[in-house]
Amino acid sequence: MHHTLVALVEDKPGVLNRVALVFRRRAFNIESLTVGRTSEPGVSRMTIVLDSDQTSAERVTAYLYKLVNVLQVEDLGNVPAVTRDLALVKVAVAGHDRAHLLRVVDETRAHIVDTGDQTMTLEITGEPPHVDAVISRLEPLGIVEMVRTGQVAMRRGDTALSAAQYS
Amino acid sequence: MSIPRSTLLDMPSPRTGAQIIWECLVHEGVNTVFGYPGGAILPAYDAMLDYPVRHVLVRHEQGATHMADGYARAGGGVGVAIATSGPGATNMVTGIATAMMDSVPMVCITGQVPSKLIGYDAFQETDITGITLPITKHSYLVTRIEDIMPAMKEAFHLAKSGRPGPVLVDITKDAQQAKMDFAWDNSPVRMRRDRAASVPKAGILKAVELIKASRKPVILAGQGILHSGAMAEVKRFAEQINAPVAMTLLGLGGFPASHPLNIGMMGMHGEAWVNHAIQEADLLLAFGMRFDDRVTGNLKTYAVNAKKIHIDIDPSEIHKNVYADAAICADLREALKDLLDVVGKHDHEPWLKYIGSMKGTAAVRDIQTLPDNGHLYAPHVINDIWRITDGNAIIATDVGQHQMWEAQYYKHEAPRTLITSGGLGTMGFGLPAAIGAKMARPDAEVWAIVGDGGFQMTQAELTTAAQEGVKVNVAIINNGFLGMVRQWQEFFYDRRYAATPLRSPDFVKLAEAHGLLGLRVDKRADVLDAVQRARQDEGTVVMDFRVEQEDSVYPMVPAGADLHAMIRRPEKSALVETAADPI
Repeated sequence: MHHTLVALVEDKPGVLNRVALVFRRRAFNIESLTVGRTSEPGVSRMTIVLDSDQTSAERVTAYLYKLVNVLQVEDLGNVPAVTRDLALVKVAVAGHDRAHLLRVVDETRAHIVDTGDQTMTLEITGEPPHVDAVISRLEPLGIVEMVRTGQVAMRRGDTALSAAQYS
Repeated sequence: MSIPRSTLLDMPSPRTGAQIIWECLVHEGVNTVFGYPGGAILPAYDAMLDYPVRHVLVRHEQGATHMADGYARAGGGVGVAIATSGPGATNMVTGIATAMMDSVPMVCITGQVPSKLIGYDAFQETDITGITLPITKHSYLVTRIEDIMPAMKEAFHLAKSGRPGPVLVDITKDAQQAKMDFAWDNSPVRMRRDRAASVPKAGILKAVELIKASRKPVILAGQGILHSGAMAEVKRFAEQINAPVAMTLLGLGGFPASHPLNIGMMGMHGEAWVNHAIQEADLLLAFGMRFDDRVTGNLKTYAVNAKKIHIDIDPSEIHKNVYADAAICADLREALKDLLDVVGKHDHEPWLKYIGSMKGTAAVRDIQTLPDNGHLYAPHVINDIWRITDGNAIIATDVGQHQMWEAQYYKHEAPRTLITSGGLGTMGFGLPAAIGAKMARPDAEVWAIVGDGGFQMTQAELTTAAQEGVKVNVAIINNGFLGMVRQWQEFFYDRRYAATPLRSPDFVKLAEAHGLLGLRVDKRADVLDAVQRARQDEGTVVMDFRVEQEDSVYPMVPAGADLHAMIRRPEKSALVETAADPI
């Protein structure tokens, strides 16, 4: 089962290393981990998707709080949340019915972001299952290269996660 | 011993980074550090001569960390160890891990190659912050002089706050050599995550409800009592609810051994009646302990009928091994104060009587059933040391059989009198830890009770003791085996003694080679005299106690077995020859 945690961490050298270490050392599997800046200075935000159940998500949260640089951890496992994943997929064009390919692009709400002589690069954004579905439709066409960002997530509604109390 | 020639403390700025390190240490109240010099830390060593700090030159950096550890545990402050980059730093790893597992406040300072060389595999470069990531509470890599003071201040703050632990500060040589205007910032450290901790009310109310409903409570007293200074509160609480107190290994001394409610140590080598009491209890009150596997045995069958109240300052310990029906994540002393206000008085005489009856009928006390054949048994030695020192000495132990016998037969009345590696189980810890303890508590009588195996791991520190003129009494419980491993081989590996018979040097001559007194004892009748001679001698004394070779520690819960499934001493012990044979 997948479980999504969001962590606000201090933007200091080695923080990603420290967080990743918690998962290795305590033998938890990470499905994906993304990290980036937030609107607050000196604060980074991680979205961690775990292959785990509720209990181990609670353990992970507790262990993350042992790290001095971790400011706040939110468990999105049981609350409504917006989740997004982005994929860039380079598909083979040569030898295909171009009209069929464009139809697939249109139907799946993918964007063409680059075209070459032999390939076309598509951008797919959406909830992870949507991205999965599009990729499986593209597979028969011949995927030559692919990258996914991993999931980012945010709680729905007016509640906002902020590290303001730790500034 | 290095004697400060003068002090730079009150002289006007500027300062080098190296000087700033010592300014910080002195302002943090440090007057003793344990270390070993080398290239990348040379600027700091040079600056040291101008500050009023005693430096203890160890023989191996592991010794420095264990001394800092013993210093912290005995004195209650922060221990400081210092070493150079590369091998100096990696030699500290075992000591840092030991301190981490046992929550010991320690600051380790290491030199690092100049910042321009980091990443270029320079001579004596090692990524020590990376290596120690899982075994430090936190760590800093300092490459700029202006970051030294903030890192040092945070390191001390983190080492001693919350659940204490080791913090490493790695400082590049160029940061030590740089110069800047400097003034000590006296303001308290404010970490971004710091927040006012308060005792959760709901947990207190739930705990009171569970205590009221309980007929068979047992208090599990851990090291958190020492860290939070909750000795008086635990005593008041135990007396007020009239509940028996079982001790963890690291908790020993947190509640007086002679107190009628103290039933003894729990766990793998705990007293049989204590483990039975825990298994039959209807309520466990865990005070500053973490339900280590050596304490619980098989978790599936551990105290199945008991509700659990867990008070611990580390949130990650709550519900980790054992689910807590009442969880109170707070400083133990504060939590107990709140509890004492509302818990009321309770009486558990029938339960206490029942536990007393288990104690009375079981032939548990090894020492009473040992054959009186003139041979020397380790429990006799430790019991005699306890009697002669009136239980007032500080004892540092190594790891193994002698450590468990110490826990069983030396009755600790006061906190910080047992210094032992519980979590990591580090052999070689005893002697350096004892030296550190003596530095922290120069007026106290300090003993190192060690095995012949563990002593040889760090016996070079005997030279440190001699050079520093430190007085510790070293009792080597010499059975010619790596005793605890031998015991496991006897019980679980068909007495196939793979690599456990151990030949030792002549420990008496070793002592004499240092100009120290060495004593050999192989008969019970000679123990008292030898111990008294050792106590009266002014220097460190090495005592070689030649004890029964194949004696085992009883009772024993095999690893992972049910807590009540203890191996007991056979009625007639089949002990072999004494270890008096010549080597």
